[in-house]
Amino acid sequence: MTNTLDQIFVLLKHWIIGFLPVWLQPIVAALLSVVAILAVFPGLFAISVLLERKGLGRMQNRIGPNRVGPLGVLQPVADGIKALIKEDVIPYSADHVVHFLAPVMLVVVVFMGYAVLPMGRNMTFVPMDAGLLFYFAMGASAELTVFMAGWSSRNKYSLLGAMRAVAQMISYEVPLLMSSVVIVMMTGSLSLDKIVEVQNQYTWGLPHWFVFTPMGFAAFVMFAIAATAETNRSPFDLPEGESELVAGYFTEYSGFKFAEFFLGEYVAMLSISGLGATLFLGGWSAPLAILNVVPSWFWFFAKIMTWICFYIWMRGTFPRLRQDQLMNFAWKFVLPMTLLNLLVAGLWRFMGEGFLRWVVCSAILLSAYIIGGRIGMRSKKFGPRSYRYAE
Amino acid sequence: MVIFAILAALTVAGGLAAVMLRNTVHCALAVAVAFAGLALLFLRLNAQFAGFAQILVYVGAVAILVVFAILLTRNSETPATGVFSKTWLAGLVIAAAVFAVLAWAVIKSQAALPQEQTEPQISVAQIGNALMGRYVLPLEIVAVLLTAAMIGAVIVAMHEKGSAK
Repeated sequence: MTNTLDQIFVLLKHWIIGFLPVWLQPIVAALLSVVAILAVFPGLFAISVLLERKGLGRMQNRIGPNRVGPLGVLQPVADGIKALIKEDVIPYSADHVVHFLAPVMLVVVVFMGYAVLPMGRNMTFVPMDAGLLFYFAMGASAELTVFMAGWSSRNKYSLLGAMRAVAQMISYEVPLLMSSVVIVMMTGSLSLDKIVEVQNQYTWGLPHWFVFTPMGFAAFVMFAIAATAETNRSPFDLPEGESELVAGYFTEYSGFKFAEFFLGEYVAMLSISGLGATLFLGGWSAPLAILNVVPSWFWFFAKIMTWICFYIWMRGTFPRLRQDQLMNFAWKFVLPMTLLNLLVAGLWRFMGEGFLRWVVCSAILLSAYIIGGRIGMRSKKFGPRSYRYAE
Repeated sequence: MVIFAILAALTVAGGLAAVMLRNTVHCALAVAVAFAGLALLFLRLNAQFAGFAQILVYVGAVAILVVFAILLTRNSETPATGVFSKTWLAGLVIAAAVFAVLAWAVIKSQAALPQEQTEPQISVAQIGNALMGRYVLPLEIVAVLLTAAMIGAVIVAMHEKGSAK
Protein backbone atom coordinates (compact mmCIF):
# COMPACT_ATOMS: atom_id res chain seq x y z
CA MET A 1 0.00 0.00 0.00
CA THR A 2 2.76 2.42 1.00
CA ASN A 3 4.69 1.42 -2.08
CA THR A 4 1.72 1.99 -4.38
CA LEU A 5 1.10 5.41 -2.92
CA ASP A 6 4.78 6.25 -3.28
CA GLN A 7 4.81 5.28 -6.94
CA ILE A 8 1.26 6.39 -7.73
CA PHE A 9 2.23 8.91 -10.41
CA VAL A 10 4.65 6.53 -12.09
CA LEU A 11 2.02 3.77 -12.09
CA LEU A 12 -0.60 6.19 -13.40
CA LYS A 13 1.67 7.15 -16.28
CA HIS A 14 2.33 3.50 -17.14
CA TRP A 15 -1.38 2.75 -16.94
CA ILE A 16 -2.24 5.57 -19.35
CA ILE A 17 0.42 4.74 -21.93
CA GLY A 18 -0.55 1.07 -21.71
CA PHE A 19 -3.60 1.87 -23.85
CA LEU A 20 -1.51 3.20 -26.71
CA PRO A 21 0.36 1.50 -29.56
CA VAL A 22 4.04 0.82 -28.90
CA TRP A 23 5.46 3.40 -31.31
CA LEU A 24 3.43 6.16 -29.67
CA GLN A 25 4.38 5.27 -26.10
CA PRO A 26 7.69 7.16 -25.66
CA ILE A 27 6.24 10.36 -27.11
CA VAL A 28 3.13 10.25 -24.97
CA ALA A 29 5.16 9.34 -21.87
CA ALA A 30 7.35 12.41 -22.39
CA LEU A 31 4.29 14.54 -23.09
CA LEU A 32 2.57 13.38 -19.92
CA SER A 33 5.59 14.29 -17.80
CA VAL A 34 5.80 17.71 -19.43
CA VAL A 35 2.09 18.32 -18.85
CA ALA A 36 2.47 17.27 -15.22
CA ILE A 37 5.36 19.72 -14.70
CA LEU A 38 3.50 22.49 -16.51
CA ALA A 39 0.42 21.90 -14.38
CA VAL A 40 1.95 21.38 -10.94
CA PHE A 41 4.46 24.22 -10.76
CA PRO A 42 2.19 27.05 -11.91
CA GLY A 43 -0.27 25.68 -9.33
CA LEU A 44 2.43 25.92 -6.68
CA PHE A 45 3.20 29.39 -8.04
CA ALA A 46 -0.37 30.44 -7.30
CA ILE A 47 -0.17 28.99 -3.80
CA SER A 48 3.15 30.66 -3.05
CA VAL A 49 1.93 34.05 -4.30
CA LEU A 50 -1.06 33.78 -1.99
CA LEU A 51 1.16 32.63 0.89
CA GLU A 52 3.51 35.52 0.23
CA ARG A 53 0.80 38.15 0.16
CA LYS A 54 -0.91 36.76 3.25
CA GLY A 55 2.35 36.16 5.11
CA LEU A 56 3.81 39.55 4.29
CA GLY A 57 0.53 41.08 5.37
CA ARG A 58 0.84 39.38 8.74
CA MET A 59 4.45 40.48 9.17
CA GLN A 60 3.52 44.07 8.33
CA ASN A 61 0.49 44.14 10.63
CA ARG A 62 -2.12 44.25 7.90
CA ILE A 63 -4.63 41.73 6.65
CA GLY A 64 -3.58 41.05 3.09
CA PRO A 65 -5.95 39.90 0.34
CA ASN A 66 -9.26 38.75 1.86
CA ARG A 67 -11.98 39.67 -0.62
CA VAL A 68 -11.92 37.03 -3.38
CA GLY A 69 -13.36 33.77 -2.15
CA PRO A 70 -13.18 32.51 1.44
CA LEU A 71 -10.26 34.23 3.25
CA GLY A 72 -9.07 35.51 -0.12
CA VAL A 73 -7.82 32.14 -1.36
CA LEU A 74 -9.11 32.77 -4.89
CA GLN A 75 -6.97 35.91 -5.24
CA PRO A 76 -4.42 34.23 -7.62
CA VAL A 77 -7.28 33.21 -9.93
CA ALA A 78 -8.52 36.79 -10.04
CA ASP A 79 -4.97 38.00 -10.69
CA GLY A 80 -4.58 35.53 -13.54
CA ILE A 81 -7.84 36.58 -15.20
CA LYS A 82 -6.87 40.22 -14.79
CA ALA A 83 -3.50 39.63 -16.45
CA LEU A 84 -5.14 37.77 -19.35
CA ILE A 85 -7.69 40.44 -20.20
CA LYS A 86 -5.46 43.48 -19.72
CA GLU A 87 -4.29 45.43 -22.72
CA ASP A 88 -0.85 44.44 -23.99
CA VAL A 89 1.00 47.74 -24.32
CA ILE A 90 4.22 47.76 -26.34
CA PRO A 91 6.20 51.02 -26.26
CA TYR A 92 6.41 52.75 -29.64
CA SER A 93 10.21 52.75 -29.76
CA ALA A 94 10.64 49.24 -28.35
CA ASP A 95 12.38 46.53 -30.30
CA HIS A 96 9.27 44.50 -31.02
CA VAL A 97 10.78 41.09 -31.77
CA VAL A 98 13.17 41.04 -28.82
CA HIS A 99 10.51 42.59 -26.58
CA PHE A 100 8.17 39.72 -27.43
CA LEU A 101 10.81 36.97 -27.23
CA ALA A 102 12.24 37.88 -23.80
CA PRO A 103 9.35 36.75 -21.54
CA VAL A 104 8.67 33.66 -23.65
CA MET A 105 12.29 32.55 -23.52
CA LEU A 106 12.52 33.24 -19.80
CA VAL A 107 9.58 30.96 -19.06
CA VAL A 108 10.97 28.27 -21.39
CA VAL A 109 14.45 28.11 -19.85
CA VAL A 110 13.06 28.29 -16.32
CA PHE A 111 10.81 25.30 -16.96
CA MET A 112 13.65 23.39 -18.64
CA GLY A 113 15.43 23.20 -15.28
CA TYR A 114 12.71 20.92 -13.92
CA ALA A 115 13.66 18.23 -16.40
CA VAL A 116 16.47 16.96 -14.18
CA LEU A 117 15.03 17.47 -10.69
CA PRO A 118 14.13 14.18 -8.96
CA MET A 119 10.67 14.92 -7.57
CA GLY A 120 10.19 11.54 -5.96
CA ARG A 121 11.45 7.97 -6.17
CA ASN A 122 11.71 7.20 -9.94
CA MET A 123 10.19 10.57 -10.69
CA THR A 124 12.92 12.32 -12.67
CA PHE A 125 11.77 13.41 -16.11
CA VAL A 126 15.20 13.00 -17.75
CA PRO A 127 17.61 11.03 -15.50
CA MET A 128 20.75 12.58 -16.90
CA ASP A 129 24.36 11.81 -16.12
CA ALA A 130 25.24 15.50 -16.11
CA GLY A 131 21.99 16.69 -14.54
CA LEU A 132 23.51 19.38 -12.33
CA LEU A 133 25.44 20.82 -15.27
CA PHE A 134 22.25 20.91 -17.33
CA TYR A 135 20.45 22.74 -14.56
CA PHE A 136 23.13 25.41 -14.30
CA ALA A 137 23.32 25.78 -18.08
CA MET A 138 19.61 26.56 -18.14
CA GLY A 139 19.97 28.95 -15.20
CA ALA A 140 22.73 30.80 -17.04
CA SER A 141 20.54 31.20 -20.12
CA ALA A 142 17.95 33.07 -18.07
CA GLU A 143 20.38 35.97 -17.69
CA LEU A 144 20.33 36.69 -21.39
CA THR A 145 16.52 36.89 -21.43
CA VAL A 146 16.60 39.38 -18.57
CA PHE A 147 19.00 41.51 -20.55
CA MET A 148 16.82 41.17 -23.68
CA ALA A 149 13.79 42.38 -21.73
CA GLY A 150 15.57 45.40 -20.30
CA TRP A 151 17.33 46.44 -23.46
CA SER A 152 14.44 46.01 -25.88
CA SER A 153 12.11 48.21 -23.82
CA ARG A 154 14.17 51.34 -24.72
CA ASN A 155 13.61 52.68 -21.25
CA LYS A 156 16.40 53.89 -19.00
CA TYR A 157 14.90 52.29 -15.91
CA SER A 158 14.50 49.00 -17.72
CA LEU A 159 18.06 49.04 -18.97
CA LEU A 160 19.46 49.98 -15.56
CA GLY A 161 17.40 47.22 -13.97
CA ALA A 162 18.62 44.71 -16.52
CA MET A 163 22.24 45.71 -16.04
CA ARG A 164 21.88 45.38 -12.28
CA ALA A 165 20.12 42.05 -12.65
CA VAL A 166 22.71 40.62 -15.01
CA ALA A 167 25.67 41.84 -12.94
CA GLN A 168 24.09 40.37 -9.82
CA MET A 169 23.18 37.06 -11.43
CA ILE A 170 26.67 36.61 -12.90
CA SER A 171 28.32 37.47 -9.58
CA TYR A 172 26.20 35.11 -7.52
CA GLU A 173 26.27 32.32 -10.05
CA VAL A 174 29.91 31.69 -9.15
CA PRO A 175 29.25 30.97 -5.43
CA LEU A 176 26.12 29.04 -6.40
CA LEU A 177 28.17 26.71 -8.58
CA MET A 178 31.05 26.54 -6.10
CA SER A 179 28.82 25.58 -3.18
CA SER A 180 27.24 22.84 -5.30
CA VAL A 181 30.67 21.54 -6.28
CA VAL A 182 31.19 20.54 -2.63
CA ILE A 183 28.25 18.15 -2.95
CA VAL A 184 29.60 16.82 -6.23
CA MET A 185 32.95 16.18 -4.52
CA MET A 186 31.23 14.28 -1.73
CA THR A 187 29.11 12.09 -4.01
CA GLY A 188 31.43 11.86 -6.99
CA SER A 189 28.57 12.36 -9.42
CA LEU A 190 26.80 15.15 -11.28
CA SER A 191 23.61 13.13 -11.50
CA LEU A 192 20.93 14.50 -9.18
CA ASP A 193 19.40 11.03 -8.78
CA LYS A 194 22.72 9.71 -7.52
CA ILE A 195 23.05 12.64 -5.12
CA VAL A 196 19.65 11.82 -3.59
CA GLU A 197 20.49 8.10 -3.45
CA VAL A 198 23.62 8.82 -1.41
CA GLN A 199 21.61 10.92 1.07
CA ASN A 200 18.82 8.38 1.36
CA GLN A 201 20.51 6.32 4.10
CA TYR A 202 19.86 6.32 7.79
CA THR A 203 22.01 5.85 10.90
CA TRP A 204 20.00 5.35 14.11
CA GLY A 205 16.95 6.55 12.20
CA LEU A 206 18.60 9.84 11.24
CA PRO A 207 19.24 10.72 7.59
CA HIS A 208 22.63 11.21 5.89
CA TRP A 209 21.72 14.62 4.48
CA PHE A 210 24.65 16.75 3.40
CA VAL A 211 23.41 19.67 5.45
CA PHE A 212 24.39 17.67 8.55
CA THR A 213 28.11 17.65 7.65
CA PRO A 214 30.36 20.65 8.44
CA MET A 215 31.11 21.72 4.88
CA GLY A 216 27.68 20.65 3.74
CA PHE A 217 26.17 23.08 6.23
CA ALA A 218 28.51 25.90 5.21
CA ALA A 219 27.76 25.20 1.54
CA PHE A 220 24.03 25.13 2.35
CA VAL A 221 24.16 28.61 3.87
CA MET A 222 26.18 29.95 0.94
CA PHE A 223 23.85 28.24 -1.53
CA ALA A 224 20.80 29.74 0.14
CA ILE A 225 22.33 33.23 -0.07
CA ALA A 226 23.40 32.82 -3.69
CA ALA A 227 20.04 31.29 -4.64
CA THR A 228 18.20 34.26 -3.14
CA ALA A 229 20.37 36.63 -5.14
CA GLU A 230 20.08 34.53 -8.29
CA THR A 231 16.29 34.73 -8.23
CA ASN A 232 16.39 38.49 -7.48
CA ARG A 233 14.54 38.05 -4.21
CA SER A 234 14.58 40.45 -1.32
CA PRO A 235 17.03 41.43 0.25
CA PHE A 236 18.78 41.16 -3.12
CA ASP A 237 15.94 42.64 -5.19
CA LEU A 238 17.78 45.73 -6.40
CA PRO A 239 17.06 44.98 -10.09
CA GLU A 240 13.41 45.69 -9.41
CA GLY A 241 13.80 48.15 -6.57
CA GLU A 242 10.49 49.98 -6.77
CA SER A 243 11.79 53.08 -5.04
CA GLU A 244 14.55 53.58 -7.61
CA LEU A 245 13.70 51.82 -10.86
CA VAL A 246 9.89 51.60 -11.08
CA ALA A 247 9.92 47.85 -11.69
CA GLY A 248 13.36 47.19 -13.15
CA TYR A 249 13.73 45.27 -16.36
CA PHE A 250 10.02 44.52 -16.79
CA THR A 251 8.81 48.09 -16.36
CA GLU A 252 7.52 48.25 -19.93
CA TYR A 253 5.65 44.95 -19.84
CA SER A 254 1.95 44.80 -19.23
CA GLY A 255 -0.83 42.27 -19.34
CA PHE A 256 0.12 38.68 -19.88
CA LYS A 257 3.78 39.40 -20.65
CA PHE A 258 4.13 40.87 -17.18
CA ALA A 259 2.40 37.79 -15.84
CA GLU A 260 4.98 35.68 -17.65
CA PHE A 261 7.81 37.50 -15.88
CA PHE A 262 6.01 37.07 -12.59
CA LEU A 263 5.50 33.39 -13.30
CA GLY A 264 9.11 33.03 -14.43
CA GLU A 265 10.39 34.58 -11.21
CA TYR A 266 8.33 32.36 -8.94
CA VAL A 267 8.88 29.21 -10.96
CA ALA A 268 12.62 29.90 -10.87
CA MET A 269 12.33 30.29 -7.09
CA LEU A 270 10.50 26.98 -6.79
CA SER A 271 13.02 25.29 -9.05
CA ILE A 272 16.09 26.57 -7.22
CA SER A 273 14.45 25.58 -3.93
CA GLY A 274 13.99 22.13 -5.44
CA LEU A 275 17.66 22.04 -6.38
CA GLY A 276 18.70 23.19 -2.91
CA ALA A 277 16.48 20.56 -1.33
CA THR A 278 17.95 17.92 -3.64
CA LEU A 279 21.55 18.87 -2.97
CA PHE A 280 21.47 19.51 0.77
CA LEU A 281 18.19 18.36 2.27
CA GLY A 282 18.05 14.87 0.81
CA GLY A 283 15.63 15.55 -2.06
CA TRP A 284 12.71 13.16 -1.74
CA SER A 285 14.11 11.20 1.22
CA ALA A 286 12.21 11.35 4.49
CA PRO A 287 13.69 13.30 7.43
CA LEU A 288 13.43 10.28 9.75
CA ALA A 289 13.61 6.59 8.91
CA ILE A 290 10.19 5.91 10.42
CA LEU A 291 8.65 8.61 8.21
CA ASN A 292 9.43 6.57 5.10
CA VAL A 293 5.79 5.44 5.03
CA VAL A 294 4.89 8.90 3.72
CA PRO A 295 5.30 9.03 -0.08
CA SER A 296 8.61 10.39 -1.38
CA TRP A 297 7.04 13.08 -3.58
CA PHE A 298 5.34 14.54 -0.53
CA TRP A 299 8.73 15.18 1.08
CA PHE A 300 10.11 16.85 -2.02
CA PHE A 301 7.22 19.29 -2.30
CA ALA A 302 7.15 19.84 1.47
CA LYS A 303 10.83 20.83 1.35
CA ILE A 304 10.20 23.19 -1.56
CA MET A 305 7.34 24.90 0.23
CA THR A 306 9.38 25.18 3.44
CA TRP A 307 12.08 26.90 1.45
CA ILE A 308 9.51 29.25 -0.09
CA CYS A 309 8.19 30.14 3.38
CA PHE A 310 11.76 30.91 4.38
CA TYR A 311 12.08 33.24 1.37
CA ILE A 312 8.87 35.02 2.35
CA TRP A 313 10.09 35.37 5.92
CA MET A 314 13.35 36.89 4.69
CA ARG A 315 11.48 39.30 2.43
CA GLY A 316 9.40 40.43 5.37
CA THR A 317 12.46 40.85 7.59
CA PHE A 318 15.47 42.28 5.77
CA PRO A 319 15.96 45.71 4.22
CA ARG A 320 17.29 45.92 0.66
CA LEU A 321 21.05 45.99 0.13
CA ARG A 322 22.96 48.69 -1.74
CA GLN A 323 24.60 47.82 -5.05
CA ASP A 324 28.20 48.10 -3.77
CA GLN A 325 27.35 46.09 -0.64
CA LEU A 326 25.84 43.44 -2.87
CA MET A 327 28.94 43.12 -5.05
CA ASN A 328 31.40 43.30 -2.15
CA PHE A 329 29.46 40.63 -0.32
CA ALA A 330 29.54 38.32 -3.35
CA TRP A 331 33.20 38.66 -4.25
CA LYS A 332 34.85 39.39 -0.90
CA PHE A 333 32.89 37.17 1.45
CA VAL A 334 30.78 34.50 -0.22
CA LEU A 335 33.28 33.49 -2.89
CA PRO A 336 36.35 33.09 -0.57
CA MET A 337 34.22 31.13 1.88
CA THR A 338 33.01 28.74 -0.82
CA LEU A 339 36.62 28.28 -2.01
CA LEU A 340 37.67 27.44 1.56
CA ASN A 341 34.76 25.06 1.67
CA LEU A 342 36.14 23.23 -1.39
CA LEU A 343 39.46 22.76 0.40
CA VAL A 344 37.70 21.45 3.50
CA ALA A 345 35.66 19.05 1.38
CA GLY A 346 38.90 17.69 -0.09
CA LEU A 347 40.36 17.30 3.40
CA TRP A 348 37.19 15.48 4.52
CA ARG A 349 37.56 13.07 1.61
CA PHE A 350 41.20 12.23 2.40
CA MET A 351 40.96 12.00 6.18
CA GLY A 352 38.90 8.85 5.90
CA GLU A 353 36.16 7.61 8.19
CA GLY A 354 36.21 8.57 11.83
CA PHE A 355 35.48 11.13 14.46
CA LEU A 356 38.62 13.22 13.85
CA ARG A 357 37.53 14.62 10.50
CA TRP A 358 34.36 16.04 12.02
CA VAL A 359 36.38 17.94 14.61
CA VAL A 360 39.05 19.20 12.19
CA CYS A 361 36.66 20.27 9.41
CA SER A 362 34.25 21.97 11.80
CA ALA A 363 37.12 23.76 13.53
CA ILE A 364 38.56 25.09 10.26
CA LEU A 365 35.20 26.38 9.03
CA LEU A 366 34.12 27.82 12.37
CA SER A 367 37.40 29.66 12.93
CA ALA A 368 37.34 31.01 9.36
CA TYR A 369 33.83 32.39 9.78
CA ILE A 370 34.49 33.82 13.24
CA ILE A 371 37.81 35.44 12.30
CA GLY A 372 36.42 36.71 9.00
CA GLY A 373 33.38 38.14 10.73
CA ARG A 374 35.46 39.80 13.47
CA ILE A 375 37.87 41.39 10.99
CA GLY A 376 35.01 42.55 8.82
CA MET A 377 33.18 44.12 11.75
CA ARG A 378 36.33 45.83 13.04
CA SER A 379 37.22 47.35 9.67
CA LYS A 380 33.71 48.79 9.39
CA LYS A 381 34.22 50.70 12.67
CA PHE A 382 30.63 50.37 13.79
CA GLY A 383 29.78 53.01 16.36
CA PRO A 384 26.59 54.62 17.58
CA ARG A 385 24.17 55.25 14.74
CA SER A 386 24.46 58.70 13.18
CA TYR A 387 22.05 60.48 10.88
CA ARG A 388 22.76 62.83 8.03
CA TYR A 389 20.01 65.03 6.64
CA ALA A 390 19.80 66.88 3.36
CA GLU A 391 20.50 70.54 3.94
CA MET B 1 20.16 13.64 -40.34
CA VAL B 2 17.08 15.90 -40.42
CA ILE B 3 17.87 17.08 -36.90
CA PHE B 4 21.45 17.74 -37.90
CA ALA B 5 20.26 19.79 -40.90
CA ILE B 6 17.95 21.89 -38.71
CA LEU B 7 20.66 22.50 -36.11
CA ALA B 8 23.26 23.32 -38.74
CA ALA B 9 20.88 25.75 -40.43
CA LEU B 10 20.17 27.37 -37.05
CA THR B 11 23.86 27.72 -36.23
CA VAL B 12 24.83 29.08 -39.65
CA ALA B 13 21.87 31.46 -39.65
CA GLY B 14 22.91 32.73 -36.22
CA GLY B 15 26.46 33.23 -37.37
CA LEU B 16 25.43 34.99 -40.58
CA ALA B 17 22.98 37.22 -38.72
CA ALA B 18 25.77 38.14 -36.30
CA VAL B 19 27.85 39.68 -39.09
CA MET B 20 25.03 41.01 -41.29
CA LEU B 21 22.60 42.71 -38.89
CA ARG B 22 22.84 46.46 -38.52
CA ASN B 23 22.10 46.72 -34.81
CA THR B 24 25.07 45.69 -32.67
CA VAL B 25 22.97 44.26 -29.84
CA HIS B 26 21.01 42.18 -32.33
CA CYS B 27 24.35 40.84 -33.57
CA ALA B 28 25.30 39.85 -30.03
CA LEU B 29 21.97 38.05 -29.58
CA ALA B 30 22.50 36.30 -32.92
CA VAL B 31 25.90 35.13 -31.69
CA ALA B 32 24.13 33.66 -28.66
CA VAL B 33 21.81 31.77 -31.02
CA ALA B 34 24.83 30.42 -32.91
CA PHE B 35 26.42 29.32 -29.60
CA ALA B 36 23.22 27.56 -28.58
CA GLY B 37 23.08 25.84 -31.97
CA LEU B 38 26.66 24.63 -31.52
CA ALA B 39 25.79 23.34 -28.04
CA LEU B 40 22.84 21.40 -29.48
CA LEU B 41 25.15 19.93 -32.14
CA PHE B 42 27.50 18.75 -29.36
CA LEU B 43 24.55 17.18 -27.57
CA ARG B 44 23.52 15.50 -30.81
CA LEU B 45 26.99 13.89 -30.84
CA ASN B 46 26.40 12.59 -27.28
CA ALA B 47 28.98 15.01 -25.91
CA GLN B 48 26.97 16.07 -22.85
CA PHE B 49 29.79 17.82 -21.05
CA ALA B 50 30.87 19.87 -24.05
CA GLY B 51 27.28 20.78 -24.86
CA PHE B 52 26.29 21.95 -21.40
CA ALA B 53 29.61 23.69 -20.83
CA GLN B 54 29.08 25.48 -24.13
CA ILE B 55 25.71 26.80 -22.95
CA LEU B 56 26.95 27.62 -19.45
CA VAL B 57 30.09 29.44 -20.58
CA TYR B 58 29.19 30.89 -23.97
CA VAL B 59 25.47 31.66 -23.73
CA GLY B 60 25.59 32.37 -20.00
CA ALA B 61 28.80 34.35 -19.72
CA VAL B 62 30.49 35.24 -23.00
CA ALA B 63 27.33 36.53 -24.71
CA ILE B 64 26.56 38.62 -21.62
CA LEU B 65 30.09 40.02 -21.61
CA VAL B 66 29.79 40.93 -25.29
CA VAL B 67 26.51 42.69 -24.62
CA PHE B 68 28.00 44.58 -21.66
CA ALA B 69 30.96 45.63 -23.78
CA ILE B 70 28.61 46.94 -26.46
CA LEU B 71 26.50 48.89 -24.01
CA LEU B 72 29.41 50.34 -22.03
CA THR B 73 31.36 51.60 -25.05
CA ARG B 74 30.32 54.57 -27.10
CA ASN B 75 29.86 54.80 -30.83
CA SER B 76 28.31 51.40 -31.14
CA GLU B 77 25.88 52.83 -33.68
CA THR B 78 26.13 51.39 -37.16
CA PRO B 79 27.75 53.79 -39.66
CA ALA B 80 25.57 55.06 -42.47
CA THR B 81 27.70 53.20 -45.03
CA GLY B 82 26.37 49.86 -43.82
CA VAL B 83 27.90 46.89 -42.10
CA PHE B 84 30.16 45.80 -44.98
CA SER B 85 33.67 47.11 -44.75
CA LYS B 86 35.54 48.16 -47.89
CA THR B 87 37.90 45.23 -47.72
CA TRP B 88 35.21 42.57 -47.54
CA LEU B 89 36.71 40.67 -50.47
CA ALA B 90 40.08 40.23 -48.71
CA GLY B 91 38.24 39.19 -45.54
CA LEU B 92 36.27 36.62 -47.47
CA VAL B 93 39.45 35.17 -49.00
CA ILE B 94 41.17 34.94 -45.61
CA ALA B 95 38.12 33.32 -44.00
CA ALA B 96 37.85 30.82 -46.84
CA ALA B 97 41.58 30.02 -46.57
CA VAL B 98 41.33 29.42 -42.82
CA PHE B 99 38.27 27.23 -43.35
CA ALA B 100 40.07 25.26 -46.07
CA VAL B 101 43.10 24.64 -43.85
CA LEU B 102 40.92 23.50 -40.94
CA ALA B 103 38.79 21.28 -43.16
CA TRP B 104 41.90 19.76 -44.72
CA ALA B 105 43.37 19.07 -41.28
CA VAL B 106 40.15 17.46 -40.06
CA ILE B 107 39.79 15.24 -43.12
CA LYS B 108 43.46 14.20 -43.04
CA SER B 109 43.37 13.42 -39.33
CA GLN B 110 40.76 10.74 -39.92
CA ALA B 111 43.42 8.47 -41.40
CA ALA B 112 45.81 9.03 -38.50
CA LEU B 113 43.29 8.07 -35.82
CA PRO B 114 42.59 4.45 -34.96
CA GLN B 115 39.47 3.19 -36.67
CA GLU B 116 36.86 2.44 -34.04
CA GLN B 117 33.99 0.17 -34.83
CA THR B 118 31.54 1.48 -32.28
CA GLU B 119 30.94 5.01 -31.06
CA PRO B 120 32.97 5.68 -27.93
CA GLN B 121 30.76 6.39 -24.93
CA ILE B 122 32.44 9.18 -23.00
CA SER B 123 30.72 10.06 -19.75
CA VAL B 124 31.23 13.23 -17.74
CA ALA B 125 32.91 11.17 -15.02
CA GLN B 126 35.55 9.96 -17.48
CA ILE B 127 36.29 13.52 -18.59
CA GLY B 128 36.61 14.55 -14.95
CA ASN B 129 38.98 11.68 -14.18
CA ALA B 130 41.11 12.49 -17.22
CA LEU B 131 41.29 16.18 -16.29
CA MET B 132 42.22 15.44 -12.68
CA GLY B 133 44.56 12.57 -13.51
CA ARG B 134 46.43 12.49 -16.78
CA TYR B 135 45.89 16.09 -17.87
CA VAL B 136 46.21 17.76 -14.48
CA LEU B 137 49.34 19.72 -15.48
CA PRO B 138 47.81 21.41 -18.56
CA LEU B 139 44.72 22.15 -16.48
CA GLU B 140 46.80 23.83 -13.79
CA ILE B 141 48.75 25.82 -16.37
CA VAL B 142 45.50 27.08 -17.90
CA ALA B 143 44.25 27.94 -14.41
CA VAL B 144 47.40 29.95 -13.66
CA LEU B 145 47.10 31.72 -17.01
CA LEU B 146 43.48 32.66 -16.36
CA THR B 147 44.28 33.87 -12.85
CA ALA B 148 47.10 36.00 -14.21
CA ALA B 149 44.78 37.48 -16.82
CA MET B 150 42.19 38.25 -14.16
CA ILE B 151 44.73 39.92 -11.87
CA GLY B 152 45.97 41.92 -14.85
CA ALA B 153 42.45 43.11 -15.61
CA VAL B 154 41.92 44.13 -12.00
CA ILE B 155 45.22 46.05 -11.97
CA VAL B 156 44.27 47.90 -15.16
CA ALA B 157 40.93 48.85 -13.66
CA MET B 158 42.50 49.94 -10.34
CA HIS B 159 45.03 52.17 -12.07
CA GLU B 160 42.32 54.11 -13.85
CA LYS B 161 40.44 54.62 -10.62
CA GLY B 162 43.56 55.87 -8.85
CA SER B 163 44.44 58.46 -11.48
CA ALA B 164 40.92 59.79 -11.55
CA LYS B 165 41.10 60.92 -7.93
